[in-house]
This record gives sequence, C-alpha cells and structure tokens, in this order.
Amino acid sequence: MDLRPLIEELNAETLILGHPRVLDRDYTCVFAADLMSDALAMVNSDCKKTLLVTGLQNAQSLRTAEMLDIDTIIYVRGKHPAQEDLKMAAEMEINVFCTSKTMYETCGILYKLGLVSAVNND
Amino acid sequence: MIEQRYAIGHADYANAGKVSSQIKSFLKQIGLDPTLLRRIAVACYEAEINMIIHSYGGEITLAMDENSLDLNFKDNGPGIPDVEKAMTPGWSTASEKAREFGFGAGMGLPNIKRMADTFEIQSTQSGTHVHIAFKVNE
Repeated sequence: MDLRPLIEELNAETLILGHPRVLDRDYTCVFAADLMSDALAMVNSDCKKTLLVTGLQNAQSLRTAEMLDIDTIIYVRGKHPAQEDLKMAAEMEINVFCTSKTMYETCGILYKLGLVSAVNND
Repeated sequence: MIEQRYAIGHADYANAGKVSSQIKSFLKQIGLDPTLLRRIAVACYEAEINMIIHSYGGEITLAMDENSLDLNFKDNGPGIPDVEKAMTPGWSTASEKAREFGFGAGMGLPNIKRMADTFEIQSTQSGTHVHIAFKVNE
C-alpha cells in the first residue's frame, strides 16, 4: 500500500522526507518495538518494504533502521527525535514521521489497512 | 587486502553505531552484495553495541580479501563470566542505561552468530575477543 494514505490515517506529522517521492511508494510490512535488539534479531531480511514503528526516539532507532535497510520510521506516542538526530536521519535518507497515537493504535490501523508482520514466523 | 581499525570508547553511548555505519558505507561503496552487506552490518552493530554496553572499550578491526571478510572485536575487559549463558537467547546483564538505548534483550550474541558464517568467542577478565567471518564470493 502507498505510504501516503497510511500516514494520513495515522494523522502523522512528516519530520524528514529522505526520498522526495516516498509517499507514493509501496509498503507491505511492519515491525513495531521499542527494543532495537528485537528488531535486529527478528526483522525478516526478505522484507524490503518495511516500516519501523517505535517509541524509541534516539539515534539508535535510526542506526537500527540503517543496518536493517529500513528507510522509513514512524515514531508513536508523539515522540519527536532531537534536532541532531533528525539531521542524521536526513543524511541517512531515512524518512521520519511522528504520530500522537499509541503503539497499539498505530499497529491496529496499519493492520486494518492490510500491512503484515515483518517477522517470518514459518 | 583491505585492513581497517576503529577505536571504541568505554560507555561511549553518544557514538554508538558510528563505526558500524562507517563500515557499512565503505562496503556499500565497494559494491558488496546487499544481502551479505545487511548481515555484516547487523552483526557488526550488535557487536559494537556490546562493546559499548559491557566493556571498558577496545578496538574493531576489519580485514578483507577476495574470499572473506573478517571482523574482530577485542575489548579490554571485564570479560564475560559465563559465555555459555551469554549465548542463551534472552539472557542479559545489560544495565538500565543500555535498555534506555533500546538494547539489552539478550539477543546480541545469538544474533551475531546467526548472521555470520564463522563465529568464535573467547573471554577472560582481561578482555573478550569476538571473531566473525563472512564468505565474500559464493
């Protein structure tokens, strides 16, 4: 599904657009956690169109996304990264959004819109 | 043969992940396969974070030739009292500070082992040495 309607549904604020046309790009998977250890261990490497949903608004969420080749992060609970971290996100070409919704609400909305887990449970 | 060295400071949370980011950028520039690159980046980042969280600092070295890429993580202690336990998924001695940074789930070492083609670990009170290697041309 295109990112634009997802962002609209989450009523999310755009903080960094690393790619100018990212809103028209298709995303299919979600990994949601505040623990980056879990993201590093569990995100399926085959899942190229993954959104990282987290309330951890420090540099390590950006570094984790960078290592996993995830290019879009949605921060929940209104968590705004610091300016220096946003600058780093721009340098990494990572797209950053922020929603005031909780992790639970955000995941519920994304699930309802058809996105699936980025973890391969097979 | 390519060789690079990077210093890791004790509890240097402000720079956590910078070395892994530099290594990933370098390997991307030289055209490494993206799937292999992702495995290397994740393993390197996990090991770098481990050094910052658990050690008194140390050094990461990268060595690469046409067949393999080796990463060595050598720190200055205090060592892992029980390596077997540390390899158990979910077992962690990470501090509250580490958890605030999003780490300390006890998944680091098992994940490094899963990502790498070769994994070796030795630990004494004077330091821990993690060696991982990846086959470059398959």
